[in-house]
Amino acid sequence: MNRWIKSILILVFGLFCVASSQVFAGELVIKGSTTVLPIAQMAAETFMAENPDVKISLSGGGSGNGIKAIIDGTAQIGNASRFIKQKEVSLAVTKGVYPVPFRIALDAIVPVVNPKNSVTDLTTAQLKDIYLGKIKDWKDVGGTPGKIVVISRDSSSGTFGVWQELVMLEDRVVPSALTVPSNGGIVQAVANTPGAIGYVGLGYLNKEIKAIKVNGVTGTEETTLNGSFPISRGLFMFTQGWPEGETMDFINYIFSKKGQELVRKAGSIPVFGF
Amino acid sequence: MRSGFLLVALFSIVALSLIIIFLFLEGIPILEHVSLKEFLFGQYWYPTDDPADFGILPLILGSIYVTVISGMIAIPLGVMTAIYLAQIAPATVSQIVKPIVELLASMPSVVIGFFGMVVVAPFIQQLFNIPVGLNMFNASLMLAFMAVPTICSISEDAVFSVPTALKEASLALGATHFETLVRVIVPASLSGICTAIILGLSRAVGETMVVLMAAGGAAMIPTSIFDPVRPLPASIAAEMAEAPFRSEHYHALFAIGIVLFVFTFLFNLLADHISYKFRQVGEASL
Repeated sequence: MNRWIKSILILVFGLFCVASSQVFAGELVIKGSTTVLPIAQMAAETFMAENPDVKISLSGGGSGNGIKAIIDGTAQIGNASRFIKQKEVSLAVTKGVYPVPFRIALDAIVPVVNPKNSVTDLTTAQLKDIYLGKIKDWKDVGGTPGKIVVISRDSSSGTFGVWQELVMLEDRVVPSALTVPSNGGIVQAVANTPGAIGYVGLGYLNKEIKAIKVNGVTGTEETTLNGSFPISRGLFMFTQGWPEGETMDFINYIFSKKGQELVRKAGSIPVFGF
Repeated sequence: MRSGFLLVALFSIVALSLIIIFLFLEGIPILEHVSLKEFLFGQYWYPTDDPADFGILPLILGSIYVTVISGMIAIPLGVMTAIYLAQIAPATVSQIVKPIVELLASMPSVVIGFFGMVVVAPFIQQLFNIPVGLNMFNASLMLAFMAVPTICSISEDAVFSVPTALKEASLALGATHFETLVRVIVPASLSGICTAIILGLSRAVGETMVVLMAAGGAAMIPTSIFDPVRPLPASIAAEMAEAPFRSEHYHALFAIGIVLFVFTFLFNLLADHISYKFRQVGEASL
């Protein structure tokens, strides 16, 4: 009998400990875009290491889900690789929620070709026609004659999402386009294929491939920050109203020097140069 | 003791059935969004568009073509190597060559895929002067590499185990060595050879890494062997990580898994059937 009482006491004590730890520790739920996920993940890890009493739970699910989570109140921070849509704003306001955007990073996608290719400059319209399969030969865009090998990313990748939105304007990439599962794979394929064209995040440019100017603008951190490079977008974190407590701390952490270095490490462009 | 072994046997059966049940539970809901006909025979695979297209015909054809071509390369190579090793080669040669062929089977598929992507693709591209080296032919070649050891090793066992009496009887009747091989030894080991071929090819159908890396990944219906293709396993591997949980895309990928499962299941049934039908009972039934 004594044993029973003891074990019940231990159980109750244990439950009390769990319950109290949940009460005292700050919990932060972050949801949304898979493009922002690597940044949020790195920041969450280092933030939790520095603030052991804050517990961050992180999940993907896409930009739409991130913003929805803010409106429903199921997350404190909603990640999005696009700005909030008018429809979402109205929905939020009817629910008495005022989403506040923080642009934490920028993302630029640069078209690349094989270094042997003589083409240096393409317009967004030409890029679109190439990816639609309308322009099939390099001679049609001022290069040496040869079949264009279109290389794209898998339809579920965030990089593909930007390309689809800003270059394809939501039209479909031709089915014969090769698809590669990673930025690194595109570099590899374009470097090995003389007639290839692909696109990678700015952080993946190297000597094996040649970056193409878009509408005459070279893709760099500078041209992205000043808005002249066309294939770029902001990455956002949305909060429910002006953030407070741990949420504010976390947002501030992302905008700190350390946080912005993590942004660069995750392959995106920091919004502040320190 | 007995019940212990029964439990172990049951465990694997239960695990397997649970996986199959899960596969079907997660795959079937796609039929709420597209009809079975649209799914299997639709020509466009745009799973993330709005509205999305979930036609997997290009993926199915990609898988079939890649398997057939790799079979055309691997079957002659594997079977002939097996016959050579079991019947013609001097004992010292087969003692060295057989382990090496079997060692090929233990090559991780990601290594073969990487080899195809980095070494073979540029080579094929220059050799045939084609625009891109990541294509159906490249993937088939790499899959053949993987199927040859399986085919060779199992066929060799079959050919080797043909009773010596059969061979001696044939030679004694005045048949040449070649005639004995073609008319007596190969028919006698046919069931083993067929099983070997089917097991080798079913490995090629389900292989993921190689086709993900070397096939090019274009969801198009191929018109030449140098076109890039996107076989079924490559689609699942490439897209599953990013497909939102329980979305249409997620269910569609599981449904592709069902199609793949049906493929390999049919292959295994066929192997079973053939090994039963051509089974060699004793020495009298030739």
